[in-house]
Amino acid sequence: MTNQPVHFYQVGSFAVGNRLLRDDQRTVQSNTDRANSIDSGHRACQGCGEALGARYALDAAMRSCDGQIVAVNATGCLEVFSTPYPETSWRIPWLHSLFGNAPAVATGVAAAMRVKGREDVRVVAQAGDGGTVDIGFGCLSGMFERNDDVLFICYDNEGYMNTGVQRSAATPPAARTATTDVVGPEPGNVFGQGKDLPRLAMAHDIPYVATATVADLHDLEHKVERAMELRGARYLHVLVPCPLGWGSASNETIHLARLAKETGLFPVFEAEHGVVTNATQIRRRVPVQDYLSLQRRYAHLFGAHPRPDVVARIQSIADANIARYGLLDDSDQEVSV
Amino acid sequence: MLRQIEGSRAIAETVALCRPEVVCAYPISPQTHIIEAIGAMVKAGTLAPCEFINVESEFAAMSVAIGASAAGARAYTATASQGLLYMIEAVYNAAGLGLPIVMTLANRAIGAPINIWNDHSDAMAVRDAGWIQLFAETNQEAADLHVQAFRLAEELSVPVMVCMDGFILTHAVERVDILDQATVDLLLPPYEPRQVLDPADPVSIGAMVGPEAFEEVRYLAHLRQLDALERIPVIAKQFAEVTGRASGGLVSSYRTEDAQTIIVALGSVLGTIKDAVDMRRDLGERVGVVGITSFRPFPGDAVREALRPATQIVVLEKAFSVGFGGVLSTDVAMSLQGEQHVLRNVVAGLGGRAITRRSLEELIATAVRGELPVLTFLDLDHEAVDRERTRMAGTRRSGPSAENLLRDRGTVGVSTSRSDS
Repeated sequence: MTNQPVHFYQVGSFAVGNRLLRDDQRTVQSNTDRANSIDSGHRACQGCGEALGARYALDAAMRSCDGQIVAVNATGCLEVFSTPYPETSWRIPWLHSLFGNAPAVATGVAAAMRVKGREDVRVVAQAGDGGTVDIGFGCLSGMFERNDDVLFICYDNEGYMNTGVQRSAATPPAARTATTDVVGPEPGNVFGQGKDLPRLAMAHDIPYVATATVADLHDLEHKVERAMELRGARYLHVLVPCPLGWGSASNETIHLARLAKETGLFPVFEAEHGVVTNATQIRRRVPVQDYLSLQRRYAHLFGAHPRPDVVARIQSIADANIARYGLLDDSDQEVSV
Repeated sequence: MLRQIEGSRAIAETVALCRPEVVCAYPISPQTHIIEAIGAMVKAGTLAPCEFINVESEFAAMSVAIGASAAGARAYTATASQGLLYMIEAVYNAAGLGLPIVMTLANRAIGAPINIWNDHSDAMAVRDAGWIQLFAETNQEAADLHVQAFRLAEELSVPVMVCMDGFILTHAVERVDILDQATVDLLLPPYEPRQVLDPADPVSIGAMVGPEAFEEVRYLAHLRQLDALERIPVIAKQFAEVTGRASGGLVSSYRTEDAQTIIVALGSVLGTIKDAVDMRRDLGERVGVVGITSFRPFPGDAVREALRPATQIVVLEKAFSVGFGGVLSTDVAMSLQGEQHVLRNVVAGLGGRAITRRSLEELIATAVRGELPVLTFLDLDHEAVDRERTRMAGTRRSGPSAENLLRDRGTVGVSTSRSDS
């Protein structure tokens, strides 16, 4: 009989499997008593990063407050795939109002809980990047500046995926969307535009801002738990790859999220009251090409008519992030990019 | 207690007596004095427990109210005009979700041209949103209607908009009897929500509904409004029994018993019309007035009954559907199907133009002579309109009509006027 070799690390990552951890270090998801806030049977695409992110974030939030949660949802993929009539995936009290008003609706829920002396009930609002950085930004900024007691989670898949993959202000440069087509001399989304919501959130001086990806679910849970320890306006920005919109394989979601972080294109950090308190170091730096080439939305940068000039511009964005947040120890600088 | 008080202040104090738990505020004339006064009461602690939230837009104001109401709190806000239009998506949403929010609408014209004065264009713009819309004739009625509005909204799980004429009512200082707390508590029991966000009993509110059930959901909303037609008179009767004062109801009639011509209108202009009717009655003309308090739901049967004595109906309204004519008159016409009334439509008072008793008397006299056209714009300066039409015909680059008309009337820039040739 051949012994099955034991893998101590997942392929291509430094993440330690749950089975090697002590019970108190394991993820909320590994506990069979987890809340299952968003239950199985929903209609998300195979490999959906948003469904994964929402599941981890909400269950972690539920554990943090003994299940006393109300969730508010903006219009978008998460809302649509979770509540096709007459079914719902939500096992928590859940309210969907409009595309652009989730932060204000959450403010209203929090105000109601305060006035009723139910401050043990915590309010989480969720939206995609469109509902956060574009149409919801006015209400979000208002919720931030009033420091309303709401944890707002943006599941960022870098575009309007629910309506058929259109550009949002979170769509990265050069990416193909239905409204930034790969035609003309500068195909894909333009450079020099877009909103960096975590930094805008920090500029509101709110108690807590953090970013995370679905590649590091321990980290995501940890940040939700940290956010839930605090009161006031808190913002969590989670990168959630979208196989449909990114043109990536369904089984590459975690890998792409990891590469986004390891290239420096998506800095993973925490900030309190406008000051960065922790930035997750890049463990094994990779050139942006390794991340881009796995996604059909960047296919026009490679292939028969490659655009190394555009790839270089994207690399410079990653380099700037690495410098801004100090994502790389000096010892790692020799890694060629 | 009888007070000499500004309309807005009377509303604020009455709303406070209704024990609102969440009030969201965004300034827009002419409702601003209402939320200012409520804000001061919350800050001073005289209105408690209540969360007063200064939001960043009317869209947020209604959205905060939606969240608060869905979480079981009694929610209130006030707006007007552009503010109502800015929140319109949330206005529809509140009704669709069946959340009993109460909102004061200080009726004001809609731009462009921007205009802060009174007409009913804003209320008509959300006519189909699913809100109950009650129109107040006086500040006393406006105050009283707020108590009834919370009761009605919460009984039926339908939001209610109390419409009161901007400036004409909101800024008028006059005698209002403000109720006491015990009376309001008697009329308005604590809010018991039909649906609520509660971790102990999780529900999904606002789920997606496709063609398989959407029409049924909308029809249920229609039925709730029809229920309101039953409940509005009952609540008004209870209010009268407790306070000794008639306020609210579906419609009101004045000197209609033997009237051959009846004028139909909404809001504060009813007072001026009644004065004009009194004058014409003295001259032997058989005229009367019907005021519609409940515009949505529209009390078709009650309107039909109230108008039965007359041979001619003149609907006078402070709004119109551009390219067609009256809005209210269309509803009245639908209610009179099968009847033999002559129906006339008068658009008046747009953008705050004064509706004078003299103009109304002339209007009534014309109507009584049978000479009123189907659609009349009261006190319209036809010559000024014709001059602008001529300018537009004469040159392509005739410029903004609003500015041209102001210049024409000598309001601005006479010395720099463009050539009329």
